[in-house]
Amino acid sequence: MTTKSKSTKAKPAPADDRLRVRKTYKLYIGGAFPRSESGRSYPVHSASGDLLAHAAQASRKDLRDAVVAARKAFAAWSGATAYNRGQVLYRVAEMLDGRREQFAAEVAESEGGSPAAALAQVDAAIDRWVYYAGWSDKYAQVVGGTNPVAGPYFSFSLPEPTGVVGVVAPQDSSLLGLVSVLAPVVALGNTAVVIAAEERPLPAASFAEVLATSDLPGGVVNLLTGFTAELTPWLAGHRDVNAVDLTGVAVPDRKALQIKAADNVKRVYAPAAADWSADPGISRLGAFVETKTVWHPIGV
Amino acid sequence: MTTLDRTDLSDVTRDDLSLRRFLHGLPGVDQVGAEGRAAGLATRSIKTTAKAWAIDTAITMIDLTTLEGADTPGKVRSLCAKAARPDSSDPSVPSVAAVCVYPDLVATAVAALRGTSVGVASVATAFPSGRASLDTKLHDVRDAVAAGATEIDMVIDRGAFLAGHYQQVFDEIVATKAACGSAHLKVILETGELATLDNARRASWLALLAGGDFIKTSTGKVTPAATPPVALVMLEAVRDYYALTGKQRGVKLAGGIRTSKDAVRYLVMVNEVAGEQWLDPDLFRLGASSLLNDLLLQRHKLATGSYDGPDYVTVD
Repeated sequence: MTTKSKSTKAKPAPADDRLRVRKTYKLYIGGAFPRSESGRSYPVHSASGDLLAHAAQASRKDLRDAVVAARKAFAAWSGATAYNRGQVLYRVAEMLDGRREQFAAEVAESEGGSPAAALAQVDAAIDRWVYYAGWSDKYAQVVGGTNPVAGPYFSFSLPEPTGVVGVVAPQDSSLLGLVSVLAPVVALGNTAVVIAAEERPLPAASFAEVLATSDLPGGVVNLLTGFTAELTPWLAGHRDVNAVDLTGVAVPDRKALQIKAADNVKRVYAPAAADWSADPGISRLGAFVETKTVWHPIGV
Repeated sequence: MTTLDRTDLSDVTRDDLSLRRFLHGLPGVDQVGAEGRAAGLATRSIKTTAKAWAIDTAITMIDLTTLEGADTPGKVRSLCAKAARPDSSDPSVPSVAAVCVYPDLVATAVAALRGTSVGVASVATAFPSGRASLDTKLHDVRDAVAAGATEIDMVIDRGAFLAGHYQQVFDEIVATKAACGSAHLKVILETGELATLDNARRASWLALLAGGDFIKTSTGKVTPAATPPVALVMLEAVRDYYALTGKQRGVKLAGGIRTSKDAVRYLVMVNEVAGEQWLDPDLFRLGASSLLNDLLLQRHKLATGSYDGPDYVTVD
C-alpha cells in the first residue's frame, strides 16, 4: 500500500502487457446477471490487500428476488430425472475445467498462496463437483429401498429434495468450499440461494458464469455477493425457504439465525468446521432431503 | 379540452351524426405524453404506513374474479369465503369489494355471500366476445340480475365500435342499463382490441354518455389488458365527465394486475389524475384473481418483517 500504482492495480498484468478489462462483478439471479437492486457495490481486496475489483452488494430485495427465482425453478429441477440432473452437473464440471487457469488465478488472488496450490484447489473443486454429480442418480439407490412390513403392502422409501435451500458459503475457501456446499444441495433436486464468501466473492461470481453457460436451468442456483451479516437474517427468516446451510456463518452468530429459521420450521444444517480437502462422504447430501415412504397395496 | 366546452351533452346523443361529431371531436391523445406521464407516476415510492394503507385500500377495491370454463360451484364458494375473509388467520384484513363470476354461478355466489358486505358482480352480454344478438345479450343480463347480481359487467360490441357504428354501441349500452334495473353497470371497453388510445378515449366517453356507472378496461381474455396509459386516459375521461356534468362515474381496471406494486401504482395514478375522492370502492375497482394473494403476502411482510411465500396463501 506504499505506492499509488500498487493500490489501484486491478490484477497482475498479463504477459503481453495488454490493459485488462476491469469490471464490477454482478449477482446471478434466475439465470440473469443483474446489478444489485440497491445499486450498491463494495471493494474486494486480495489476500495481500490490493484492490481486485468491486462486487455487487446484494440487498434484502435481491435476496427476495433470488428466492422467488429458486422457487420458480424448483418444480422443473426436482421433477427432472436424476440421470438428467447428473448429466447437467457433469456439464458444469466440464465448463469449470475449461477455465481452470482463470479460476486458479482468481483463487490465488483471493486467498493468497502459491499458484500451484491454487491450481490444486481448482482441480479439487472440479473433482468435487463430479463426485456429487455422480451421486445424483445413485443416492436414492443407497439410502432408499423397500421396507419389510407385516401386511399386504409393498412399502418403499425414497429421498426427495427439501425445496429451496439457502446456503451461506464458507468464508475461507472461496471456490472449493463453495462447490463442496453447493453441489450436494442441487445434485438431489433442491434449488439454491447462495451467499458467497463476503471477503472473497470473486471466484464465486465467476463460477456463476460457469453455471450460466452450462445447461443448468436459470434459477436453480442463485448467487449473491454482499455482506453476510446483512443478508443472513433475511434468508433465515424467509418463510419460502425450506432449509438453510449455515456453514459460512461464524458459530457465535448461528443461534440467532436458528431461532429465526424455527419460525417456519426450516431444516437447519450447521456443521462444525470442515477440512475441504478431505473426502466429503455423503452427509451433506442427506442434510437436504426428506424421506418419502409409499405403501402400495398388493394382492387386491 | 375544446370540444368539452360545450356543456350541453344532451344534444350530443341526439343521433348518430352528432355522436360521431362529438367523439371524433374529442382532443387526440398524445401517446408519448400519456406513456411518459404514466411512467412518471409509477416512480413514486410508497413505504411503511402509506404502503400499509395502500395495501388495505387495494384489497377493499378488488373484484375477486373467476371466469374460467372450468368454474365449479365449489370453486365459487371457496372464492366467496376468501372474498369475505381474505386471510383466515387475520380478521383485520378487510373484505374485497365484490366477486365476479359468470351468470350461471351468480346464485351460488349470492348464497355464499349472504350476510357479508361483498357484492356479486356478473359478466353478461355474451362475455367475452360480445358477439350475439341484442336480445340474447339482454336476456343474459336479466338472468344475472334475477339471480341476485348487484353489478353487471357488460362488453361493448368492439366490431361495431371499430366499424364506426357508435349509435349501435350507444343503444346497446342504454338497453343493457335499462335491463340492469338497480344493479350497477360496468362497461367493458376491451381496450386491447381498440388499438389506439384515441379509441380508448372515445369508447370511454361513449360508455359514460350512455349511462355506464363504471368504465372497465378489459375482459382479461385479451392481451394487452389494463396498461398504465389506458388507465390514465380512462381516469381523465371520468374526471372530465365529472367536471362537465357533476356526476361521478367509476373506473375498473382488469387483467394483468398481479403484484401489489402494480396495484399501488394504480392507486397513485387514481389519486393524481382523477382525484382523491376516487379512492373509494364505489368509484374505483381492480378486477383480479392472483393480486389478492400478493397483497396478503405484502401485508404479512409489513406486519412481521420477514418475507412470506406462496405456501401461506390459498391456491385458487
